[in-house]
Amino acid sequence: MLLIYCPYCEEERSELEFRQAGDAHIARPTNITELTDEEFEAFFFLRDNVKGLTYERWRHLNGCGRFFNAARDTVSDKFVTTYKAGLPKPDISTLRPATEATVETYEATESNAK
Amino acid sequence: MRKYSVFAVAREAMRGHRGWEAQWTSPEPRKEYDVIIIGAGGHGLGTAYYLAKEHGITNIAVLEKGWLGGGNTGRNTTIIRSNYLYDESAGIYDHALKLWDNLSQDLNYNVMYSARGVMMLSHNIHDQQVFKRHIHANRLNGIDNEWLTPEQAKEFCPPLDISRTARYPINGAALQRRGGTARHDAVAWGYARAAADRGVHIIQNCEVTGLRRHANGAIAGVETNRGYIGAKKVGVVAAGHTSVLMEMADVRMPLVSYPLQALVSEPVKPIFPCVVMSNTVHAYISQSDKGELVIGAGTDQYSSYSQTGGLQIITHTLDAICELFPIFRRMKMMRSWGGIVDVTPDRSPILAKTPVPGLYVNCGWGTGGFKATPGSANVFAHTIANDAPHRINAPFTLERFRTGRLIDEAAAAAVAH
Repeated sequence: MLLIYCPYCEEERSELEFRQAGDAHIARPTNITELTDEEFEAFFFLRDNVKGLTYERWRHLNGCGRFFNAARDTVSDKFVTTYKAGLPKPDISTLRPATEATVETYEATESNAK
Repeated sequence: MRKYSVFAVAREAMRGHRGWEAQWTSPEPRKEYDVIIIGAGGHGLGTAYYLAKEHGITNIAVLEKGWLGGGNTGRNTTIIRSNYLYDESAGIYDHALKLWDNLSQDLNYNVMYSARGVMMLSHNIHDQQVFKRHIHANRLNGIDNEWLTPEQAKEFCPPLDISRTARYPINGAALQRRGGTARHDAVAWGYARAAADRGVHIIQNCEVTGLRRHANGAIAGVETNRGYIGAKKVGVVAAGHTSVLMEMADVRMPLVSYPLQALVSEPVKPIFPCVVMSNTVHAYISQSDKGELVIGAGTDQYSSYSQTGGLQIITHTLDAICELFPIFRRMKMMRSWGGIVDVTPDRSPILAKTPVPGLYVNCGWGTGGFKATPGSANVFAHTIANDAPHRINAPFTLERFRTGRLIDEAAAAAVAH
C-alpha cells in the first residue's frame, strides 16, 4: 500500500484515504457551448494515458477533502512529489535522480524496493 | 503441421513421444509484410489466423514485445458470456460465443471451452431490476439469459450461501447457461499454431519502438528493437499499451490504463460447478480443471502500467468470496497477478480504422476482453483485409467519441466502475 503525502495535511497517509482525479494542469474551456465536436472530444474523452512520469490531480477524500496535484511514475507507481493545487509544475529533475530507470515488472519492482 | 488426434497420441505413446513437432516456429523477420499485427495475445494471433484463413492474406507477422500470450490473455479469469445489454454489444459478444463453440475443432487444439453457465448474483432490488432488463434485452437479441430464484441459484451452485442472515443476502440471479470458461493459454497457443501453419510469422521479444509513415501520412512500417520492418497495413492489438503505440502515430486515444488483478487458490477436488459473479460486492469465481479456484478482483482506483495492483483490492474481493461461499474461508491463496487493461469512457471496445491510412486498432476491451477473443479477431481481420469494418464491428469506431454515438455498457460490464 502506498503512503501519499498530502500537502495540506502535511503528512503521509495511506492510499486508502485518497482518490485519483484525472490529469492536472488542464485549462478547462470557458466557452464550452462554442466548442466544435473535435475540440469537445479532445477535452472530454481523449487522454494522454502516459506511461512514465505523469502529472495528475488527487483528492484527500477521507481526510481534509482537498484536491492537490502529484507527479507520479505510472510504471513504478512511485510518487515523485505532491504539491498544492494552483502551483505550477515543479522541476522534477531536482527531485528525481536521473539515473533511476523505470522498471517494467512486478519482480523488478520488488527487487528494487529499498 | 501434423494434426493432433487420438491416433497421434497413441502413435507417440508407442514411440516415446519423440515425434511431436514444435507448435510454431520463430523465423527471422522479413524486410516487409503485407500486414503486421502488434501484440501476440489471443486477439492479435486470432486476427492473423482469420486473415490467413478467411481472407487469403498469409504474408503476416505478429510482433510481440514479451512472450506469446504473456499479457492479459495469460492474466484473466477466463470467463465467457455474451449477456450484454445493447444490440451492438450483443452482436459482437454473441458472434464470439458462437465461434467458441467450435474453436477447438477449428484450430485442432483443445481450448477446453466449457459451457458450464455464468450466474450473476442479485443482492438488492436495483440489481434485480437491472438484471431483468438485461434478460429481456438479451432475449430480444436471441441470447439466452434467465432469472433464477435464490433456491434455484442454490440448486445450480450448491456452495452458495442464500440464508437470510448472510452478510450479502441474495434475492435472485441471472444465468446464462451458454456462458462458461476456456483455457486461456491454449487459446493463444492454438491460434499461434494454426496461424503459423498457414505461413504467419510469430516474432517474440520484438518490441515496436516507432511507427514509420509515408509523406502522405499512410503507414510505411514499424521500427523495432530488431530493426525496421516494412508493412502495407499495421494492426495495433496491444491492450493496456495501446495509447503508447498510437502516440507513435500521433493519435490520442480515449483510453486510460488500469491494473486489474486475479488470483488462484491451492488446487482442490471439483467443488464449484459454474462461474459466479457478483457486481455489487465485486467478486468472480470459478474452478479451473486443475482444481484451483480462479478469482477475479477489481481494477485499482488509479491509472498505472505497473502490472501489479493494491493488496487491498484483492482482500476486498476475498472478503466477499468468503461471505458468499463460507466453505472457502480456510482455502489458501496460491498466486496473484495483475494485468494492464485499457478502459474506454463508455466501457465498449474500439475495433476500427484510424485517421492514419493503413493503421487499424483493436483496443478498449477493458476488464472483459477474453470472452470476445474469437469474435473480435474475426471481425478485426475482416476490417484489415477489406479496409472497411464488418457489419458487427461497424458501431465500434473511434469517431463515436466525437459524434456521440456511444455504446454505454458501463452498467453491463462485470465491474462496477
